[in-house]
Amino acid sequence: MVVSTEPADTRKKPLSIIEREELTVRFAGDSGDGMQLVGMQMTNTTAMFGNDVSTFPDYPAEIRAPAGTLAGVSGYQLNFGAHKLRTAGDRVNALIAMNPAALKANIADLETGGILVVNEDAFNKTNLAKAGYTENPLEDNSLSRYQLFRVPVDKLNAEACAESGLTGRATARCKNFYALGLCYWLFGRSIEATERWIKDKFGGKPAVADANLRALRAGYYFGETAEMFPARYLVAPAKIATGRYRKVTGNEAVAMGLVTAALLAKKPLFYGSYPITPASEILHELSKHKNFDVRTFQAEDEIAAMTSVVGAAFAGAFAVTGTSGPGMALKQEGIGLAIIAELPMVIVNVQRGGPSTGLPTKTEQADLHQAVWGRNGEAPLCVLAAATPADCFAIVLEAFRIAVEFMTPVIVLTDGYLANGAEPWMIPDTAKLPKFTIKHPTEPDGEEHRFLPYKRDGRLVRQWAVPGTPGLEHRIGGLEKRDVTGEVCYDPHNHHHMICTRRKKIDNIAETIPPLGVLGEPSGDLLVLGWGSTYGPITTAVERCRAKGMSVSCAHLRYIDPMPKNTGEVLSRFRTVLIPEMNLGQLLAHIRAAFLIDAIGLSKVQGKPFMIQEIESKIEEILNHHNGRKS
Amino acid sequence: MSTQSATIQLTAKDYGSNQEVRWCPGCGDYSILAQVKKVLANLGAIRENTVFVSGIGCSSRFPYYMNTYGFHSIHGRAPGVATGIKLTRPELDVWVMTGDGDGLSIGGNHLLHTIRRNVGIKILLFNNRIYGLTKGQYSPTSPFGKKTKSTPMGSVDYPLHPLSVAIGAEATFVARAIDVNTKHLEYVLERAAKHKGTSFVEIYQNCTIFNDLAFEYASGKETKDETTVYLEHGKPLIFGKERNKGIRLHGMDPEIVTLGGNIKEDDLLFHDEKQAEPSLAYLLSRMHYPDFPEPLGVFRCVERPTYEEMVMGQVSDAVKTKGPGRLEDLYDDGETWVVN
Repeated sequence: MVVSTEPADTRKKPLSIIEREELTVRFAGDSGDGMQLVGMQMTNTTAMFGNDVSTFPDYPAEIRAPAGTLAGVSGYQLNFGAHKLRTAGDRVNALIAMNPAALKANIADLETGGILVVNEDAFNKTNLAKAGYTENPLEDNSLSRYQLFRVPVDKLNAEACAESGLTGRATARCKNFYALGLCYWLFGRSIEATERWIKDKFGGKPAVADANLRALRAGYYFGETAEMFPARYLVAPAKIATGRYRKVTGNEAVAMGLVTAALLAKKPLFYGSYPITPASEILHELSKHKNFDVRTFQAEDEIAAMTSVVGAAFAGAFAVTGTSGPGMALKQEGIGLAIIAELPMVIVNVQRGGPSTGLPTKTEQADLHQAVWGRNGEAPLCVLAAATPADCFAIVLEAFRIAVEFMTPVIVLTDGYLANGAEPWMIPDTAKLPKFTIKHPTEPDGEEHRFLPYKRDGRLVRQWAVPGTPGLEHRIGGLEKRDVTGEVCYDPHNHHHMICTRRKKIDNIAETIPPLGVLGEPSGDLLVLGWGSTYGPITTAVERCRAKGMSVSCAHLRYIDPMPKNTGEVLSRFRTVLIPEMNLGQLLAHIRAAFLIDAIGLSKVQGKPFMIQEIESKIEEILNHHNGRKS
Repeated sequence: MSTQSATIQLTAKDYGSNQEVRWCPGCGDYSILAQVKKVLANLGAIRENTVFVSGIGCSSRFPYYMNTYGFHSIHGRAPGVATGIKLTRPELDVWVMTGDGDGLSIGGNHLLHTIRRNVGIKILLFNNRIYGLTKGQYSPTSPFGKKTKSTPMGSVDYPLHPLSVAIGAEATFVARAIDVNTKHLEYVLERAAKHKGTSFVEIYQNCTIFNDLAFEYASGKETKDETTVYLEHGKPLIFGKERNKGIRLHGMDPEIVTLGGNIKEDDLLFHDEKQAEPSLAYLLSRMHYPDFPEPLGVFRCVERPTYEEMVMGQVSDAVKTKGPGRLEDLYDDGETWVVN
């Protein structure tokens, strides 16, 4: 349906309110248009309203690609619902396109009949040409499948900001808030929280604050008075667990988890890192919290970031580094040192599209092999993977627990989708957070008052003796060492023994982790096994299939190495195991090797998360095949 | 640096570990090990507060021979490990033992940036102008044309000069010593130990196996007086068996002059290790045998806040302005809402 902008009195219909269970809205514009900003504002506002939310920011690697081109389109997708949400939504219900390129890059994702709001002022000859349009799509009926709303955003925004005292160029920068104001009206949301944010953010620049407020309000009132829109869309608050909430992205949750673990353990937090997309926000976030005794070190490269962390761990800090795939490759040498030295630390890998520089701003899960097997020699360590943005908090606390309890580096895998995606997070009761008691030895425990750095306890864990402790002076390093004494040792049997001991120690971690749980029947035709950020689409797809009466269950691995002790047993209870991954089957290979089962993979390596529908289709295909029907 | 209370006086021997030293007979490293232990004893260093960190190479076996904390890390990466230790425990005395390959080739980047930040660690670069542990390939400090196992027709790499690199990286303490002059080596190491900030010391170290006599010109009884000049703060640069030769500045260039006649000591270049601008130190670092006597001693020693002081300063400033961190405040950063 095409809705014209003819004067209102020609079609005075009563405004209807359409209730929806969930809605997916996408803002799209130039990378300099502030789409990420308004997307996040709308996320905050809808979350505070009580909806469950899940977001997917999608932006180019170039900071300011040529304006108006497809390369420069930046998008922010927000799914909000009256029930629990686990993904940012398969299909877009409403698209806000600020220029022709944004329209072209995103229109394929808009559902038929979906709401399409365009800034018609941007559809001029130049911009159309830059986007590769020969005809103006607003005029040629090519958008007739959608509810098209042509709003002269540039013009209306300029009018709204006319009295702000800013120049034309400066007021043009407010048009994202104009579009946001309009969306707030369209989706029945209050502008108050964003008003507060603008006042706070631009407190020192009253004219800028004033112009943005004017734009926001004008957008909102335009919706109310223009009578362009036949309906408003409302999504009722979700029934989620009671408590106090805030919005978190995966990177924010990692940072908060790290600060929390260090504080609970009464340790300084040392974070050595080298800037890399999409992990840099962790460094930015942590550097704001120095009053928690957070010591951030922006190293000269990934290698120094890693080795500084090894040094900090030796000296007794909660030592952490964060990076993404290419940086991870550089850190592996240092991680190997940490493994043979048996020092506790956490390494966060925010996975992105690879190989090499790959797709810096896009998501992927192709570093599982790198995490598990990426070093020279037999170099086992613990690998964990976060399932959702909020889970990044919990997984970091768990990583710290394992690191110090087992004197080992722990790799935490997240990815670009988790790192930038946001969801509500229930603020924990600080009294109920885990306790960490760390014991450093103070007395030598060997014969003749000698300290034995590689003497182990029943779980094969050595002690964490830190410099500054009298009587425990010792030397460690990258050379193979004799067990117990830690002295350099080239003995063949000792080497074999140490190789096995380090592996066994990692295996012992499995005694301290929860069993793998199953959603759905504990046995049956099909189990969908996931890890990392595929949790959302897998779980939702399985729930939908089950609602349709299919026999399918799912399980999610947060512990990759070691895996929960019952993993093999759980998998054995199903006729088929399906493993969807954003790689060519890395967990699949791991599972097949470990349990000798003929699991099936589902790969998607496009820099984008799975759609629920893609997994649903695969489930249906497999079950139909089981039932003897070709899909 | 942290020092012992007056009651317990450790000797040089007390700083050595029970490990058998496994350098080749006659290696210059023995002298360095002995002088380091002596300096620690002289200064009454606290063993448990002393950490030796190294990379890979002959020099990097050093930590095993010390009865202190030690970390034998990986090739070229000792400065990173040391920085992590120092930022975690600024009160520790951290030494980095490195060589011309470890420090200037594979670890060149880390060396530059650690020096630039003025991290309070002492870096001793054992320069033998060869790769010893990998059995005799040329190093970044090997002379042009050097014939080695990997360069049978002679190296076509231009060498670099460690002190010029350190000065270029804004080093606050730069010095050079030679293994065989143990008294002077001890003096230089003691100065390095007392410096606040990064101390960088190049030590000419003879490798008897793969590059024997590389520094014969500077250590030989017959030649050393003519081929080296000892730097002393505030004193003119005088050298020679007869102590009758000096270095004079001719415009921007040094020249060798003979004292006597109308050339007086006052005409010579006077050493000033405290000059804010490192130009003089750099000029001295460019004086090479056989054109010039090579300077030994402290080239540069200036004060600048250390990295760890400033990092910890920001932590304490943040605590002062915001109060010690509380988790409730951390979580409440931003908008929150309540679901009933």
